[in-house]
Amino acid sequence: MSQDVESKVKAIIVDKLGVDESEVTADANFTNDLGADSLDTVELIMEFEKEFDLSIPDEDAENIATVGDAVTYLSGKLS
Amino acid sequence: MSLSLEGKTCLVTGGSRGIGKAIALKLADFGADVAITYARSADAAEEVKAEIEKKGCKAKAIQADAVSFERAEEVLAEIVDDWGKIDVIVNNAGITKDNLILRMSEEQWDDVITTNLKSVFNYSKAAAKPMMRNRGGSIINISSVVGISGNAGQSNYSASKAGIIGFTKSYAKELASRNIRANVVAPGYILTDMTDELNEKVLEGIKAETPLGRAGEADEVADAVVFLSSDMSSYITGEVLRVDGGMAM
Repeated sequence: MSQDVESKVKAIIVDKLGVDESEVTADANFTNDLGADSLDTVELIMEFEKEFDLSIPDEDAENIATVGDAVTYLSGKLS
Repeated sequence: MSLSLEGKTCLVTGGSRGIGKAIALKLADFGADVAITYARSADAAEEVKAEIEKKGCKAKAIQADAVSFERAEEVLAEIVDDWGKIDVIVNNAGITKDNLILRMSEEQWDDVITTNLKSVFNYSKAAAKPMMRNRGGSIINISSVVGISGNAGQSNYSASKAGIIGFTKSYAKELASRNIRANVVAPGYILTDMTDELNEKVLEGIKAETPLGRAGEADEVADAVVFLSSDMSSYITGEVLRVDGGMAM
């Protein structure tokens, strides 16, 4: 399951931010490493919500700063 | 580019009466599907809905207190669920509770600020995500010339309307990169139920201060809103468009 979540999350990030898949490592920070602006990060969260059919409250979204954060959070929500 | 609003989905808060009603009907004249919200005037809202439908456009009349943050989310969700998207929000809902500052109660202050200003935040915020998904949108916030120049006896109303201008410019800057535009329409003295309450002497004074020498019609405010809703204004954002007969220049 977690593998599946990880590959989906990475695919969304590659698509949304236009970055190379090799850059999308677990500790890559959306803003500092992947060049996302503040609206990009909001849009990423919106894409995660759509892909995994769940809603991510703002207070949770604020703590999702890296690829790893997203995978851990979503895996936890889906398990 | 054209003024046509064919295929666009619009929401007008406080759309059952006055300027909001004129805006809702005119948006439909230009082909838009229009939802209105209303606080209490259910019969009037249903009449506006029927008039919009008569023009061959889809319409909704939704009861919603503009002050409620949660309700704004629900209203936007209903429109997006049923009509697929939202293109234009016109934040028009507003009240007055005039008094001299020396006599103004805390309640009069809070009611006007909350109804007029927080409601703009509520609906603009609720619209942001659907508009980002839709790759664009137009927010039009109805302010007032007194938000620009102030008015004795209307400190609460003026503050709320000035607040709308600051909010709109910030919103325009935050969301410009997603092709979401935000503009203000600032009406001057417009004939509505709200201005019916003013006495003759005040009205004469207002006319004397208006270079065009007459009161405006709600329809003339609606014309400006159509322009800002349409693709004709595609390069205009963060602007304050006075519709005031020259009063605040």
